[in-house]
Amino acid sequence: MSAAPAYNFAYLDEQTKRMIRRAILKAIAIPGYQVPFASREMPMPYGWGTGGVQITAAILGKQDVLKVIDQGADDTTNAVSIRAFFAKTAGVEGTTATEKATIIQTRHRIPEAAMQDHQIIVYQVPLPEPLRLLEPRETETRTMHALAEYGLMHVKLYEDITRHGHIAKTFDYPVEVAGRYVMAPSPIPKFDNPKMDDCPALQLFGAGREKRIYAVPPYTKVVSLDFEDHPFEPTKFDHPCALCGSTASYLDEVVTDDKGGRMFVCSDTDYCEKRRAEGHHGHLYGGEDMPLEAAE
Amino acid sequence: MYVAVKGGERAIANAHSLLAKSRRGDESTPELTVTQIEQQLSLSVDRVMAEGSLYDRPLAALAIKQARGDLIEAIFLIRAYRTTLPRFGFSEPVDTSAMEVRRRISATYKDLPGGQVLGPTFDYTHRLLDFALAAEGETAIEAPATAPVDADATMPRVTDIIAADDLIEKSPVAEPGAPVGDLTRDPLAFPAARDLRLQNLARGDEGFLLALGYSTQRGYGRNHPFVGEIRMGEVEVELMVEELGFAVPLGEITVTECQMVNQFTGSTKEKARFTRGYGLSFGHCERRAMSMSLVDRALRSTEFEEEIKGPAQDEEFVLSHSDNVQATGFVEHLKLPHYVDFQAELALLRQMRAEYEAGTFAPAHQEAAE
Repeated sequence: MSAAPAYNFAYLDEQTKRMIRRAILKAIAIPGYQVPFASREMPMPYGWGTGGVQITAAILGKQDVLKVIDQGADDTTNAVSIRAFFAKTAGVEGTTATEKATIIQTRHRIPEAAMQDHQIIVYQVPLPEPLRLLEPRETETRTMHALAEYGLMHVKLYEDITRHGHIAKTFDYPVEVAGRYVMAPSPIPKFDNPKMDDCPALQLFGAGREKRIYAVPPYTKVVSLDFEDHPFEPTKFDHPCALCGSTASYLDEVVTDDKGGRMFVCSDTDYCEKRRAEGHHGHLYGGEDMPLEAAE
Repeated sequence: MYVAVKGGERAIANAHSLLAKSRRGDESTPELTVTQIEQQLSLSVDRVMAEGSLYDRPLAALAIKQARGDLIEAIFLIRAYRTTLPRFGFSEPVDTSAMEVRRRISATYKDLPGGQVLGPTFDYTHRLLDFALAAEGETAIEAPATAPVDADATMPRVTDIIAADDLIEKSPVAEPGAPVGDLTRDPLAFPAARDLRLQNLARGDEGFLLALGYSTQRGYGRNHPFVGEIRMGEVEVELMVEELGFAVPLGEITVTECQMVNQFTGSTKEKARFTRGYGLSFGHCERRAMSMSLVDRALRSTEFEEEIKGPAQDEEFVLSHSDNVQATGFVEHLKLPHYVDFQAELALLRQMRAEYEAGTFAPAHQEAAE
């Protein structure tokens, strides 16, 4: 499909792309720091990926292969819609295969397959400020970041432990980047946090409504905040994937009936399909009724 | 056997065609024309132009038609269009004292130079449904009687009259050549200067401004407002062309201006004076111009060293939440799938419950996770 003539390649005009790329460069230079940028009004609603879309539009070249996921899946409606937007305005090749993509735009997940050093992962970010829920004022939180004054965050995590026995943060779990800035990883489950550390791919974060861009350069130290006696623990699942039998992936719980029936399947659809194609089977796939213990 | 749900693409295409059908309604009813909307739903058009920040009546009418009359959706369409338009430059400040006035009222003086001009207003209508409008077929509308226009009569702004006696703070004067802030081209930083605050309010949601303005009247940051003047009519927009060395007129736009005269300040060092709140809006929009001027004055509290007691005085709160395109996007994004995050919450909740039942942990407080 060729680009619609009415719009520039990838929708945004070149001046805007340049402005965004400058913000990205600054973000890469100061890992984890939120760079304000002149976010544009996009033809999709704020909160629906406008930050990620602007970053993707600014870095996209004709040779790029684009993958878009939402909740780990390529076929969720908003991922379909964003992929269609770039197919229409940029005419770039799309893919669902993680390893084939040069740019992966994502909402709420990091793919299960290991990222590679020629890839860029673009996160859609609703609330870029990790301290926002503790302090609503931007003037305050900017100062806190400037002074690396993160005591409030540690107190919050400590209070969680005293109240609940756990840090009650299961997604958008705050991280410290390159030993300096505390950063919101976007609402990925904390299961995905370890994938951000020492990641070979460049990680870019775009918040359109809040007008912020931030970045984690390749091979950068990313530490999930914790305490020595309460170390960070990623979410674990008691079940393997019902379709591919994986015990290493993040699972979606699917309600199968109104009598408490549940099944667990990979949230990363590409990963799950690939495993099935390779001959892995879960207990609900391939006609085998495998007991849970025997799966995988 | 479970099959992963596929076909988002087809579902979206089908939803779009259903939407188109719903928009059109019953096809035996004649289709609305954009001109009809522009002419007969002109106040909707005005609101869409104001909050869409684009003065283009036919486009606003088109947006309203496409949005099925949902004005925030129409505003969104206009904004998304506006953002792609190239910027040629900034106009000269419009001169509202030279306005071709269609309506002008003052609540501070019984009579004044230029007089009170009611113009087309709902103000003194009795809100009784006019069933004659429901009947098909139109009867001719009598030409309204208006006072003879005196071409030489001037209509000075009321605040200028008060200012002549030095009873009100001076209006800030535009510095020629000073850069003009543009919040669509630079991210807003706090504290914001008044030009950016007014820009933000001018495109802010009417309902939000109304509620905030109302709250100041009810004591959440009172500022004792008097409507010095509301005027509505046509003003000329001019652009300075560097090559020519003079400003050329681009055309006329309809605007509504509200100048609020507010509580006075004064000290041992300075004589007491009234203060100002300012509201300006595209089209005929008195409610928004008035609300805007109340909120503008409330946001100047820091400048006058007044105590910040109400949300309308809180700059970050007001400016961060006034934009309905941002607000509606973020509120409605909750419709998008969140099952990955929900799953993470479920896992922790189940773990905590299991620990509770096993007696391995008793929380100090029974408060829920946020």
